[in-house]
Amino acid sequence: MNEPVLVVQDLRVYYRTKRGPVKAVDGVTMELREGETVGIVGETGCGKSTLGKSILGLLPPGTEVSGSLTLRDRELLGLSPGEYRRLRGEELALIFQDPMTRLDPLMTIRAHFVETLRAHDRTMSRDDASERAVKVLRSMGVPDSRLDHYPHEFSGGMRQRIMIAMSLVLRPKVLIADEPTTALDVIVEAQILEIFKDLREAYSMSVLLITHNLGIVAEVCDRVGVMYAGKLAELGSVEDVFRRPIHPYTQGLLASTIHLGTKELKSIDGLPPSLMDPPSGCRFHPRCPFVKEVCSREEPAMVEFRPGHFAACHFGADFL
Amino acid sequence: MNEPGTDSVLRVEDLKVHFPVKVSLLESVGSVLHALASIARGNRGGTESTHRVVHAVDGISFAIRRGEILGLVGESGCGKTTTGRAVLRLAKPTGGRIFFEGRNIAEMKERELRGLRPRMQIVFQDPHAALNPTMTIGQSIQDPLLIRGGVTEAEAKEKTMHVMEEVGLTPATDLFDKFPADLSGGQKQRAVIGRAIILEPALVVADEPVAMLDMSVRARILELLLNLREKYGITFLLITHDLATAKFMCDRIAIMYLGRIVEIGPAEAIYRDPKHPYTKALITAIPIPEPGRQRRITLPRGEVPDAVSPPAGCRFHPRCPVALPTCGWEGRDFISHLEERRLDPTRAQADEGQLGLPEMWRSSGRTAERRQPSHDLFLIFVASWLVIAGISAVLYAAHLHSLGTYGFPFVGAGLSVPLASMGLALSLVSSLVALNLVWLRSWTEGWGVRVAVVDLLFSGYVALIPVTDAFRGVVALHLLIDGFAVYWLTRPFARLALLRRRRFSATREAAERTRRRLNDVVANAPLPMAQAIEDLHVDADTVTVRFRSPDPLKLKDVGDRQVECLLY
Repeated sequence: MNEPVLVVQDLRVYYRTKRGPVKAVDGVTMELREGETVGIVGETGCGKSTLGKSILGLLPPGTEVSGSLTLRDRELLGLSPGEYRRLRGEELALIFQDPMTRLDPLMTIRAHFVETLRAHDRTMSRDDASERAVKVLRSMGVPDSRLDHYPHEFSGGMRQRIMIAMSLVLRPKVLIADEPTTALDVIVEAQILEIFKDLREAYSMSVLLITHNLGIVAEVCDRVGVMYAGKLAELGSVEDVFRRPIHPYTQGLLASTIHLGTKELKSIDGLPPSLMDPPSGCRFHPRCPFVKEVCSREEPAMVEFRPGHFAACHFGADFL
Repeated sequence: MNEPGTDSVLRVEDLKVHFPVKVSLLESVGSVLHALASIARGNRGGTESTHRVVHAVDGISFAIRRGEILGLVGESGCGKTTTGRAVLRLAKPTGGRIFFEGRNIAEMKERELRGLRPRMQIVFQDPHAALNPTMTIGQSIQDPLLIRGGVTEAEAKEKTMHVMEEVGLTPATDLFDKFPADLSGGQKQRAVIGRAIILEPALVVADEPVAMLDMSVRARILELLLNLREKYGITFLLITHDLATAKFMCDRIAIMYLGRIVEIGPAEAIYRDPKHPYTKALITAIPIPEPGRQRRITLPRGEVPDAVSPPAGCRFHPRCPVALPTCGWEGRDFISHLEERRLDPTRAQADEGQLGLPEMWRSSGRTAERRQPSHDLFLIFVASWLVIAGISAVLYAAHLHSLGTYGFPFVGAGLSVPLASMGLALSLVSSLVALNLVWLRSWTEGWGVRVAVVDLLFSGYVALIPVTDAFRGVVALHLLIDGFAVYWLTRPFARLALLRRRRFSATREAAERTRRRLNDVVANAPLPMAQAIEDLHVDADTVTVRFRSPDPLKLKDVGDRQVECLLY
């Protein structure tokens, strides 16, 4: 088993609003090991993006964060903005959903790379920086003749390749990708996913892939965490979670996903709960088809039902 | 078409929808200058049209039978939404015929159309934006009834309640007076659907009806659409980018690519055995939530090209893994291949020596050409410099003279103060234009740097003359802007300019080497480029590659469906 690089312990993130705290992440425990790709799936508003942002220290000021986040034995919560800035890029990197809005329209691609590299290493010359940029861009399929072009001269897929190249140029240990292909078409999405698969081998990087698309998770991830209403409902290898789901929510989510083999439509009754006032006990109980009396009273703990396969359900053993 | 025309609710023949490209004043001035320049240098083969359009939908034909669900599937920008809007006449067709229940509505006047509108409705993608936030759900749904008229309010309300029950907005009495903000996304989409069906339309265009909804509610909405078809015999045109949804919902599917239908036929058959290479690529590219599946296929290269100038011949040919020599190869395909070769550093260097940088190549139609810069073009640029510099000089001088602080040699009597100030302003504007051109980086970039350089030199000269502080301030600002412009523009282009100057040696051996390199380049292309070449010309100044003209392409009957591909 590889060493854990990033350890999340009972992380809680409460956004402060006028109507009270929004419990976007409410007690998440997981780890990211060296060289593995972990997917975080869930529907809109389940807290998956907040989880990514809190790891990168990109939460808005005034947000209540508790628990612990350690990156190679170094506690991240409580770091000063300056310390965090050093960490981002060199240790942690991020790929955003929309590549258009994350590149400066007034800077050439070369300028983006030179700025990024020189922000972390003052002594690096412009030519050295350009050379490194060319190398990593080539590996992403962007030819060097386009180095002096501006972001608007590239297509969406090319821009996302540039974004990935930029997050890789400093050779980070952990990459957080938040819906990296949502803005792209299927064929381009498939091209980018191929790149993600290659990354693991070429850079031996750990990737946390946040997405709502179960197909993407099945394709590129080793393990997957299913989030529901700020909590992890299930966590395990992709094989286990997709083929032998334990938590009723995971079962419902998998059944309601429309794919090419779909013969019959299924859906989950009800609506996702409000994160301001989540249901008591198990958060899924109001929508759960197997609900029992205990579910609304007691909050289920994460239990290891199979080696490495955890779920938070009182009756998990029934679904084995 | 294998079905009789009378049976179809909608029949579209050779539908075209083109949108004009918005052109800024600056660009239009630029294109006029460009046209002049190309005439001046005696351009062969005619000037390019300055009238540019987006070929959103470019000649498609299909029919939908009564009670059928036809899926229109494609990636973003393929023209599927435009098609959906055009068949409802929400977008004006540029050409072709649209028969709705037997009548051609393509050219119909709006007044005439209004009588048909209740029979054709649309469900939009974003339910959060499709409902008026100040109207209650009930009001929104019954509004079409009241607009059509002929019902009392009580009747309208009763009918609305009934429709709300139908679309699953229950209890209707409670939800009638709720506002959109109180509803979930799924409920809002139900309301939008209710509004679309309340007039009992024959055709509903559903434009990505579930794309904005969460996975767990999508199924319910799709089920609702299927039930409505069952119960009321509504015909649907379902527009979606999601092949899985289309497969589940549709009887037949039309696959669109860049404004054309490339394949149309029964849904089940298309998924089981896709014929068009694009359909194949699309189906294999979808990630499937089934672990362990290995996708070992070659994905199409690159991305969907610009619909302003779509590829000649088959529009998919530059990305197609099984393209033929007659699929419509063009000069720009060759140039993008040159660019792709640069991903390999050793090849890049070898290519550069013999063939130059990809930027030095120009394509026009089926030819790609590398040429030395011609002198007449240079003269035009010099002349335009002088004109701009001259105007600028005279106006500066006049301004100084009218201020009375300094006598200029060329200007006798001073101009009036307002006129001279105008001159100064003009000069500043020209700098800003130069800067703007720098950022646009269109073909006009050459102009940008020239304007800026002249301005810079002249401002420097004027700045040396001792005059008022205010004047010096303006000049300083001017200098700053120009300096910035020149700096930004010249850096990336210095390398290219140097390379351009390098004469390619005129000896026969050199030409032979270039020819060999060219042959090597096309032979290594992953596409049948080599066989597609009609003519290869190499001499001291120019290298020209010309491709064959494409074979004609049209939808052909292949078994149970129609495919637009030369393979069949």
